[in-house]
Amino acid sequence: MLLLEAWQFIVDHPQRFFGALSTHVALSAAALGLAIAIALPVGILIADRHRAALIAISAANIGRTLPSLAVLAVAMPILGTGFVPSLFALTLLALPPILINTCTAMRQVDPDIVDAARGMGMTRTQIVRKVELPIATPVIFAGIRTAAVQVVSGAVLAAYIGGGGLGDFITAGIAMMALPQLLVGAIPATLLSIGTDRLFGHLQKVLTPAGMRTR
Amino acid sequence: MKWLRNNWDQVLTALGEHIVISFTSLAIAFALSLAIGIWAARNDRVFRWSIAVSGLLYTIPTLAFLALLIPIVGLGKSNAIICMVAFSLMIMIRNVATGIREVPADVVDAARGMGMRPVEILTRIELPLALPVIVAGLRIATVTVISVAVVAAYVNAGGLGTLIFNGISNDFAPKIWVGALTSCALAVAADFCLASLEGRLRHRTD
Amino acid sequence: MIEIRGLVKQFPGTAHPAVEHLTLTIPEGDVCVLIGPSGCGKTTTMRIINRMIEPDAGSVIVAGQDVMRTDPVSLRRSIGYVIQQVGLFPHWSIADNIATVPKLLGWTDHRIAARVDELLALVGMEPETYRSRFPRELSGGQKQRIGVARALAADPPVMLMDEPFGAIDPITRARLQDEFLRILRGLKKTIVFVTHDIDEAIKMGDRIAILRDGALVQYDAPEAILARPADAFVESFVGTDRALKRLALIRADAAIEASGPAAPSHAIAAHASLRDALAMMLSNGTDALAVTDSGGSILGALTLAGIRAHTRSGGEANH
Repeated sequence: MLLLEAWQFIVDHPQRFFGALSTHVALSAAALGLAIAIALPVGILIADRHRAALIAISAANIGRTLPSLAVLAVAMPILGTGFVPSLFALTLLALPPILINTCTAMRQVDPDIVDAARGMGMTRTQIVRKVELPIATPVIFAGIRTAAVQVVSGAVLAAYIGGGGLGDFITAGIAMMALPQLLVGAIPATLLSIGTDRLFGHLQKVLTPAGMRTR
Repeated sequence: MKWLRNNWDQVLTALGEHIVISFTSLAIAFALSLAIGIWAARNDRVFRWSIAVSGLLYTIPTLAFLALLIPIVGLGKSNAIICMVAFSLMIMIRNVATGIREVPADVVDAARGMGMRPVEILTRIELPLALPVIVAGLRIATVTVISVAVVAAYVNAGGLGTLIFNGISNDFAPKIWVGALTSCALAVAADFCLASLEGRLRHRTD
Repeated sequence: MIEIRGLVKQFPGTAHPAVEHLTLTIPEGDVCVLIGPSGCGKTTTMRIINRMIEPDAGSVIVAGQDVMRTDPVSLRRSIGYVIQQVGLFPHWSIADNIATVPKLLGWTDHRIAARVDELLALVGMEPETYRSRFPRELSGGQKQRIGVARALAADPPVMLMDEPFGAIDPITRARLQDEFLRILRGLKKTIVFVTHDIDEAIKMGDRIAILRDGALVQYDAPEAILARPADAFVESFVGTDRALKRLALIRADAAIEASGPAAPSHAIAAHASLRDALAMMLSNGTDALAVTDSGGSILGALTLAGIRAHTRSGGEANH
């Protein structure tokens, strides 16, 4: 059976498999981390600047429609192949959902709540830190969750520009019509992606402030 | 670019293939999703089940999905179309069902009270009112399908991805650029058209 | 005490100033109601006091301090602020909501916890039950009580209230108004209260400032405004039933006559209003009532003629 052959392949080539898996996870984690580090602060900063926010959200919306492989491929002529170009492209792919969700969530906090906070004597920083950000957290985290799945899925395509990861097994399997190898790439990649979605879904529930959880 | 000028027929062929498989998948998915979506709108269990499955399937990486289909259907356009239909179905079923469910209950009640038959209510009231949400789903599905079609070139489905893969294996940058940028332009253009359609439909019901 | 002098504010793009040379002094401990039709500048004026809006000209002096020379943030921490939609923080418990300003001021946890419980009891909500609940579990009336508790937390000498009971149903509103008056009785606070409801203004205010198009039209005690409206606008604003409204402010025992027709058939409590007395006379077809105290003993008689005399003389009123 194909599945057994695939399993046999992993048993026969443990370093290759776990090497690819760890590269995949490292690439994804790094890209997500970078994207959060960039998009989250920017999203918070431009939230109260109307025009900048509109421009940023429009740009991010366009970014969201771009085919992932196209973005990865475009990195190659400029940055070459390997881990870094893949990281660059994947970070770009992860930026839009985080930026859009952060900016929108901050702007959608009930204005009466912000007025009350200001009227009671909170400074702008205190309002952002203690009121707007906690209330916006569920939506912000939903954006991070979307970005996480996008990155883990996109990392599969990094195989095409030499980034390594589980996509290598898939491309090799297709090229050589070696079905077991194909599955060695495809099934773990799928499980990883679904697992990431589940993990972040759970984190999202945990990070939602107690007063705002829907019972 | 020089390469583009000399080879625009190649690009047009690829673009044509790309549009054809995308459109085919979307058409199939649209028809299927209407049927299943209407069913899910009426039936709670089907609704919850379809949301759960759609959430799951949507997280599967494109290349992995295509690869998993190879043992079953081999390579070629049909592989790609199945994958694209699957992705689109998931989004569109959810949007059709949600769109219909979000039609205000009192509107449907008024229609029934005036003597409309269920089929008439569906076609004259519910579907038209659900149209903005349905088109929103179609928009996401279209962008997704165009993106999948780019990757699907690797399983011999044709399309703009062939230019990209060709360019990568031959280390020929212009082909990569043309393939990538054309597919981006296609995606952005399709999204823009559907976004304005969605906007106009929403304003109609305000 | 709050002194407003020559206050001017015009919002960019508008044809008419929102506040036009407003001058007004609110004595310490008074409840001053700002009232007027939409666009009269009442909310704008209130929000200038804690510098949520910056004035174009004029001065506001709160407790001897010029607000324009005070840092806005520390100014606001010393002024209670209650808005119509309350604005409770949904992600914080009731206790944390109330503790907002004390926490900003750096109170100790112990002092904060004690104060939270004290305030919950003051606004009539069981501390044990409500301390750790969340805003979404509360009704509209309860939310507004917490809003008031939150504003009182750091014991500010001044409070600004912008239509605080406006979003509440009339029955709950009446109850909240009574409770708030009860709470105020024990405290010494200067309150600026914005409303568009003349009955609420009469009930709550020691003094009412009627505004129109950004200017002050009349500023006086409720009974004075009802007895002697400054112009036709005020007259129509307070309503054609102002005579009855005035009667509602006067206690039955203030118009007692020592002697009257022997043995009136109906009685009314001493603390009831002349308006209630009039209503009772009309519905019973009589023109005299006995006025009784809480024990039931008769203090004197109240006649229709006596009520009329009170109306004509523009006499004394007490709440």
